[in-house]
Amino acid sequence: MSHRRYSRRLGWIGGVAMAFVGMIGMIEKFNERLLIAPFLTLGYSVLFGIPLLVGWLAARGEPNPLEDPIRDPRRGAVTGLVTGFIAGLIACVPVILADSLTLTRFLLNMRPQLVDAMTFDLGVPVGIIALVATSAVVGALGGFLFGLPETVRRGISTAAMWVFSITLFEAVVNDVFDFMGRGLNVVYTPFDALQPWAALIIGGLVYWLSTKNRGRVKEFTEKVKEADPRSRLRLSLIGLGALMVIVLPMLLGLIINELLVNVTLFILMGLGLNIVVGLAGLLDLGYVAFFAVGAYGTAVLTSPLSNAFTPTLNWWVALAVVMVLATMAGLLVGTPVIRMRGDYLAIVTLGFGEIVRILLLSDWLTPYFGGAQGIRRIPGVSVPLLGDVGGTRPQVFIYIMMAFVALAVWISHRAQNSRIGRSWAAMREDEDVAEAIGIGTVKAKLLAFITGAIIAAFAGALFSAKVGTVFTNSFDVLVSIIILVVVIVGGMGSIRGVIVGAIVLIGVLGGPKLPGLLVEFTEYKLLIYGAILIFMMLKRPEGLVPSVRRSRELHQDESQQDDWLGKAGRFGEEPQPATVEA
Amino acid sequence: MKNRKSMRFIAALGVLAIVVAACGGGGTDFVEGPLGSVTVEAGDPIEIRSLNVISGPNAFLGQPNEVTVPFAVEDFGPIHGHEVNLGTTVDDSCNADGGQAGAQTLVADEQLVGIIGTACSGAAAAAMPLVSNAGLTMISPANTSPSMTSDLEGNVGDNYYEGYFRTAHNDLFQGQAAANFVFNNLSLTKVALIHDGDPYTNGLTTAFENAFVELGGEITIHTATAPGATDLVPLLTEVAATAPELIFMPIFPDPAIALIQQIRTVAGLEETVVMGADGISVENFMNEPNSEGMYFSGPDTQFGTNTNQETGVTGTQLLERYVAEVGSAPSADFWGHAYDATTILLAAIKAVAVVDGDVLHIDRLALREEVAATSGFNGVIGSITCDDFGDCGAAKISIFQHIDIADHVASKANILYTYPEE
Amino acid sequence: MTATANNVRGRRFRFNWVDGFLWFIRIAAVIAIVVGVTGSIQNFMAGEGPTLVAWRDLIISSISTGFLYGLIALGYSMVYGILGFINFAHGEVFMSGTMIGFVAATIMFENGFWSAYPWAALSIVLLTAMATSISIAVLAERIAYRRLRGAPRLIPLITSIGVSFFLQYAFAGLFGVAPASFPEAPGNLGRTVNILGLPLRGVQVVVIGVAIATMISLWYYVTRTKAGRAIRAVAEDKEIAGLMGINVDRTIVTTFAVGGAMAGVAALMWALLYRSVAFYIGFLPGIKAFTAAVLGGIGNLPGAMLGGVTLGLFEGVGPLLVLGGLGIPAVSQLRDAVAFAALILVLVFRPTGLLGERLGSENRA
Repeated sequence: MSHRRYSRRLGWIGGVAMAFVGMIGMIEKFNERLLIAPFLTLGYSVLFGIPLLVGWLAARGEPNPLEDPIRDPRRGAVTGLVTGFIAGLIACVPVILADSLTLTRFLLNMRPQLVDAMTFDLGVPVGIIALVATSAVVGALGGFLFGLPETVRRGISTAAMWVFSITLFEAVVNDVFDFMGRGLNVVYTPFDALQPWAALIIGGLVYWLSTKNRGRVKEFTEKVKEADPRSRLRLSLIGLGALMVIVLPMLLGLIINELLVNVTLFILMGLGLNIVVGLAGLLDLGYVAFFAVGAYGTAVLTSPLSNAFTPTLNWWVALAVVMVLATMAGLLVGTPVIRMRGDYLAIVTLGFGEIVRILLLSDWLTPYFGGAQGIRRIPGVSVPLLGDVGGTRPQVFIYIMMAFVALAVWISHRAQNSRIGRSWAAMREDEDVAEAIGIGTVKAKLLAFITGAIIAAFAGALFSAKVGTVFTNSFDVLVSIIILVVVIVGGMGSIRGVIVGAIVLIGVLGGPKLPGLLVEFTEYKLLIYGAILIFMMLKRPEGLVPSVRRSRELHQDESQQDDWLGKAGRFGEEPQPATVEA
Repeated sequence: MKNRKSMRFIAALGVLAIVVAACGGGGTDFVEGPLGSVTVEAGDPIEIRSLNVISGPNAFLGQPNEVTVPFAVEDFGPIHGHEVNLGTTVDDSCNADGGQAGAQTLVADEQLVGIIGTACSGAAAAAMPLVSNAGLTMISPANTSPSMTSDLEGNVGDNYYEGYFRTAHNDLFQGQAAANFVFNNLSLTKVALIHDGDPYTNGLTTAFENAFVELGGEITIHTATAPGATDLVPLLTEVAATAPELIFMPIFPDPAIALIQQIRTVAGLEETVVMGADGISVENFMNEPNSEGMYFSGPDTQFGTNTNQETGVTGTQLLERYVAEVGSAPSADFWGHAYDATTILLAAIKAVAVVDGDVLHIDRLALREEVAATSGFNGVIGSITCDDFGDCGAAKISIFQHIDIADHVASKANILYTYPEE
Repeated sequence: MTATANNVRGRRFRFNWVDGFLWFIRIAAVIAIVVGVTGSIQNFMAGEGPTLVAWRDLIISSISTGFLYGLIALGYSMVYGILGFINFAHGEVFMSGTMIGFVAATIMFENGFWSAYPWAALSIVLLTAMATSISIAVLAERIAYRRLRGAPRLIPLITSIGVSFFLQYAFAGLFGVAPASFPEAPGNLGRTVNILGLPLRGVQVVVIGVAIATMISLWYYVTRTKAGRAIRAVAEDKEIAGLMGINVDRTIVTTFAVGGAMAGVAALMWALLYRSVAFYIGFLPGIKAFTAAVLGGIGNLPGAMLGGVTLGLFEGVGPLLVLGGLGIPAVSQLRDAVAFAALILVLVFRPTGLLGERLGSENRA
């Protein structure tokens, strides 16, 4: 496709994206959050981030493995200008429609507020011109940026990233600095936006640091990677990391601790699902059923109000019982699906998940599980010297969570590197061959289900203790899918990946029922989850922090192509014969 | 002996008084209670917050609170020269984990004095342990579950925590009202109950069942549907098989609209009387042709000339203002309750705040006790008195019959029964 | 040597255990069904429970729902037959047809066209719904699925979950979360007619009639036309079909389009039958439609229809007949559970479905 056609098409796509983002009401909603005083709101950042991106992409041209792209700032700016212009034109369509027709009966957001939001409150004739012009200019900027030399480019993008993070995550920053006294509040305005001078200073500082010291940072990271695992450097880094992780909750306030508890809950469940999906290759869409078994099991056993089981057990005793229940559940779900194809397995497990939820909600089983009213007054985890710790004390609860996460990490790591882990890997690659060489696929699959179920049950028991009341609406199919997204976006089969995925997705965007750090995104987070999933699957199915083995599996074609072209592989390594690795 | 003891006691008091006066500094002797207090410095606003469901499929439940709570803050005005800041509403997603997360955000703020929330009882159940622990006061405009307060017979509810109050009615109240109406006024004895799995609707059908059976009636079947269900013929067949005279379905529009469309096509239910509750006394449901002739129970919303004693705003004025602001009628019935809840909280703050020059001291326990002592407060919803467990509603349920799908206002005014009966 | 022998012995033992469990499920299910049905019959004899008339109406209603599931299942079946993965987004393809159809219908309703020219109005809504569904299906294929042709099986599946979510919440953002009400079926469709002595609502007649007509035209299309033969060829073996001169890409797009068209028809039928449209109505019916496709035999078009009707009956009549007979209270709440249980039982009893699968060489397990 010619360069011109490509940039025109990008312009169209960008315009549609801008129109869409406006029509779902995102701009209006996000305009309530000011990022950098006095003008730059989150809404405008999103709206004009699109022409910036397509301008940049247009300047880059279609990706071609045989040539490197030409980087010329002036040419890039022109291309970007045209692309941004087209995008802006298309973005005007909903504005004009909203202004002239009353479509609010169907499309809720096509109202005067939308017009105002997208035209800088200038109204239709003038505002449209402003919109198109800004879009074009921003597009040109994107193209221009693409053309700059590498160090400058990296400096600018790092600086921008830092500035935006500091303003977006104002809550965390404030929390952390509160601990050291209220000094940093001067940087923010009363509306929690960044002062413009602060933005410039921070941006400049980061730019200078990144360009001047980039070499040094790279040297350091190389040294760390190549160091002997037992060297003092590595050990001290690990020690420092562990110390930070342990001390951090005490520094951060209640709100962030609460968020951390939720994130660790998802890390735990992600690790469990990682064993089932990532290691054993079984797509389980009903994972929430095991979570529910753990949660409701604990609730029934420990709450004084559960009618079916009047004695109240200690949380730890209940945990042991629940582990047994989870094993049984894992067997119950795993056995029928052993011989099924991958996709059937997905639907059947989804069915199981829904059946469990419906049964827990049903009037029939209300005497046992509380039905619609749920089970209440669940005591927390009984810790010696501290009593019952639940969600009312997130600073303590986080340590309990971290202990269980560490346990789950240990289980995953050991499983991955053991005989069963290799059986799973073989099964994942080709089941028939695995069966033929004598690997007991039945046992392997059941073991995967059981391990996943037990970890989910841990998470469920902790959840019950934390929230104190359980209702079935916390256990629907949405939760299973969100956990799946976390595992996939983080990196299937990779423990670090799951942790990163949980922190990035749940911490920032929010979980299925809870807001994350960016509270404004709550209404759109499921939309964004869907988009992220599609994007990751198309571009980077191995996830953000991939396990090397998995990425090799998924990019077989490309690595072969790279071999043929004689270039270094996708991950900067020279093409090597496949080695057996974890 | 007694004289000497009382002498020592008085002496001790005297010493204490002198000590306090000496340490007092300024002109007031403010002593902090066991729950702590909030000090509002000169020029700072008094902080209250709203904990509500504002996103997701249940947002329609929280919309009325979102509108009338700011009205109340605006109308009440500053307290002792300090502005009242409502800030941004914290979202609780209408479920337990959201409620707990939201509460955590709120209690982290040490300047917070009181909370108006929640709309969903599930969220409140998870939020209250935190709120109560922090010494805060929370007034709910819309929770109706008996477990949050008491069973109205002196037994404390499972989820009752100190510091919780509500201007909404207790479900047991509405259950009794509806049961009385059906048994006595309509003279029907066989009722089928349908709920939709939500704790609110389930609570109502259970309350109705208990009250109705006590009156001597018979519940032919107590069943449920799932939200989002669209084919309700099997459910209706199940119900029809028990030959009820009336169906009580205090559910939400989501399965209710489909239900009312399909009900007359099922053999045996062509003539059955249908009754709903405040969940469906909303515009989109009442526009359905089949809903004509239905009875609706719910908190009385014919506020008319009821005037809030703190702001002087009447019920009619408030409703007009609501419609002008939003462009449509309220999507749930608790808009007046939210207004009154806010004014009660603000009035209590005003009463217990200790003025110390430009600074205010608000003792948390004193605030709670002040709210708990509310008696005969004239609000938009009527006369409000708090009982020992936080139930402060105006305790008025009214049942109307829908007579005209084109004129909902007239239908809502067509009240056939109020409880308690006068 | 000994190790292998042990392995083999160990494996066979486990095999038996798994098989034993599956037999246990089969027997338990049969017992439960028999006891339940007997219980219902006893109730009926004793004069309790629904009357014969009520059962008859319920069966008719369940069958019409079943035809709906069948129409949607056709899309699932075709895509699975040709590409080998479950297109989760097909439920949303269906939902988009209902939403845009709703817009068209409401506009016509409000300016009187709806009641004045019922058949014309319905045709317009039908065309709108079909056009929308086809567009969404084709767009999804172009943007999300085309690049994943050679990828490991799970990848397109997971991508389709992403597409499903994205579409659901895009519609939620655009049209709002509250359910909307489709205008009442105009004119004579509201009345009840007597066919073969059975009273059917006009709408039900239309649904069943349209479904059967669609099925027949689809069968004709797939067996008699060139495009249809191309679809069958590509489903059988993509590579060889390509070598024989068939434009594989275009055929795949056609498949999605045809599936989308079926979903569009189903959308109008749904709107007429149940009248409630919202952004979430695609998810669960989508899963149930896939269940129907599996029930009948995946890849098998008449099977999809049969599976749909069977599922409709299981789901509508099952709870009352079986669970009610077992004495379980509030059975209607368990309806979805029965549908999923039906799926699990079918896959345990007869994994290839009622009429057998039709899959290409690459996809056969």
